[in-house]
Amino acid sequence: MTTSRTRRPPRIGEKPVFRNTLIAVVLVLVALVIVAPLAIIGVQAFSKGAAFFAKSITDRDTVHAIWMTALTALIAVPINTIFGVAAAWAITKFDFPGRRLLLVVIEIPFSVSPIVAGVAYLFVYGLQGLFGEALQSADMKILFALPGIVLASLFVTAPFVARELIPLMQAQGRDLEEAATSLGASGWRTFFSVTLPNIKWALLYGVILCNSRVMGEFGAVSVVSGNIRGQTNTLPLHIELLYHDYNAVGAFAAASILASLAIVTLIAKVALERRGAGRIRRPALTGPALAGPKLETTEPGISQP
Amino acid sequence: MKIRLDTIVKTFDTFRAVHGVSLEIGSGELVALLGPSGSGKTTILRMVAGLEYPDEGAIFFGEENATDIEVRHRGVGFVFQHYALFPHMTIGENIAFGMKVSKTRRSAAEITERVADLLRLVQLDGLKDRFPAQISGGQRQRVALARALAVDPKVLLLDEPFGALDANVRRDLRRWLRKIHEELGITTLFVTHDQAEALDLADRVVILDKGRIVQTGTPEEVCRAPENAFVMNFLGDANRLKATVTAGRASVNEITFDAAGVPDGPAELFFRPADIIWREDGAGIPAVILRVIDRPDSKRILAVTADGQHVEFDTAPEFPFRTTARGTLEILRPRVFSITPA
Repeated sequence: MTTSRTRRPPRIGEKPVFRNTLIAVVLVLVALVIVAPLAIIGVQAFSKGAAFFAKSITDRDTVHAIWMTALTALIAVPINTIFGVAAAWAITKFDFPGRRLLLVVIEIPFSVSPIVAGVAYLFVYGLQGLFGEALQSADMKILFALPGIVLASLFVTAPFVARELIPLMQAQGRDLEEAATSLGASGWRTFFSVTLPNIKWALLYGVILCNSRVMGEFGAVSVVSGNIRGQTNTLPLHIELLYHDYNAVGAFAAASILASLAIVTLIAKVALERRGAGRIRRPALTGPALAGPKLETTEPGISQP
Repeated sequence: MKIRLDTIVKTFDTFRAVHGVSLEIGSGELVALLGPSGSGKTTILRMVAGLEYPDEGAIFFGEENATDIEVRHRGVGFVFQHYALFPHMTIGENIAFGMKVSKTRRSAAEITERVADLLRLVQLDGLKDRFPAQISGGQRQRVALARALAVDPKVLLLDEPFGALDANVRRDLRRWLRKIHEELGITTLFVTHDQAEALDLADRVVILDKGRIVQTGTPEEVCRAPENAFVMNFLGDANRLKATVTAGRASVNEITFDAAGVPDGPAELFFRPADIIWREDGAGIPAVILRVIDRPDSKRILAVTADGQHVEFDTAPEFPFRTTARGTLEILRPRVFSITPA
């Protein structure tokens, strides 16, 4: 005899009321906070027709801003990629004093407001700053010019690549490099044929995140660039300018470029995540496959003191 | 290739991993470094490989001082506990790696042929195009061995080669490695914490404790004539009874045993669980059975002597006595070691 239990209590946290309310709240918030604003960019950008959109984004200053943004990314991303790989390598493969401190310092740009970075650079390289006069007399322009923008971007995006690589390289350990070296490979050979292939997806993932941040950075760049239209304006700064000019459609058109960049980044990110990047603990292919019970012939405890 | 270690010392930060170890490994010998974790065995192996450098002492390969030769020029084959196969390369590419990066130029055809030979040697023909993630742990370890052998190493070094595998695979691989060693005759040094593995596989066993060699000998020598309490304990189950030595005789509960050469004073009497005869009465150390444990091929009896010392011994499965039975213990093959003041 079995008694059918039609009214079983729900699993913990799955009361219909609770469940439905929670899902609804999340969906509404996502729609209001994330989807709607992005949709508005698209709608507004084309609100005066495709022709006006085309004219807005081919405007001389806008094109220059796009160029500035691309140039900044072309300089800052490779530098931070090399920095990230070097830092991750140093931290995970060597023991040296200050290793832990370095780990913390690399992460500082994540926790510091970008505007602080901008102001700091202003203080170092500005006319009244530490090197201001020296730079002035050497006729080197750092602030309110491309070098300043690149420096500020470098600061803000310094952790991106390193942060992706460190956990992965830590999990991989030094065994692979040691194995390659014991087989006679040189340092460079080991790096290019053993280390790099095993970190490539995480590396690419870090590079993409780094790139999207460089292109989108506003705070730090706005302090050091001086916002000179057609000269030191990056795309995010230019969008703000257009908006202040009451050129809403132009602003939205320019913003739609950044938004599409974000979408491309997102797609690339998801694609890379499928290949195992971005996950902290990728199952180590080199690890033990069968961690079976160990054959112990000595039973401890019989004659231990 | 003969290997000689001359008073090697290695310190990590403040921890002394290896204290003045000297060791000679004959050409073609298969030697096990056996010890508990922290005994310095892996550190010694890594120093022989050139993955670590000794703080003091020297390592000779044949007559050549190899102490400062870096690992890539030392000509050793190293097999890692967790295989360290390159996960992005196929089995064939893994094995070929050493030949490809070597200074000795080899043609592609030569390499392909050698890879095929090695795969046959490790009995993995047909797995050439698989990736390490697609084969079992035992197969990976065999690939790792083939990869190490591909560069014709002077010495083969294995770091707990079977540590990550389960018991059956381990036993098979052990016998198989012994066979390969007999075929190739390459000087081999391997590290293990598993006594059975060391005794099963090695020509000679080097037992280490806290960075020092405590005994070296053939499996027979270390098993039959352990030199101290540590070796006795480490090689297998051992019972220990407090004893007092006077004039070459050790006494336990008024029973005396031969203890020639052991200095007078407090000592310990060791014996294996199989070395006890239980009698209902008669001469021997009086004891009471506490517990009987059934095993597939025997019974393990836990007993306590009249003066409260615990003893375990093995009997035939037909052993009729049960808990609380009283009797006496006759100890065969006892070994007495004096207690060195700690």
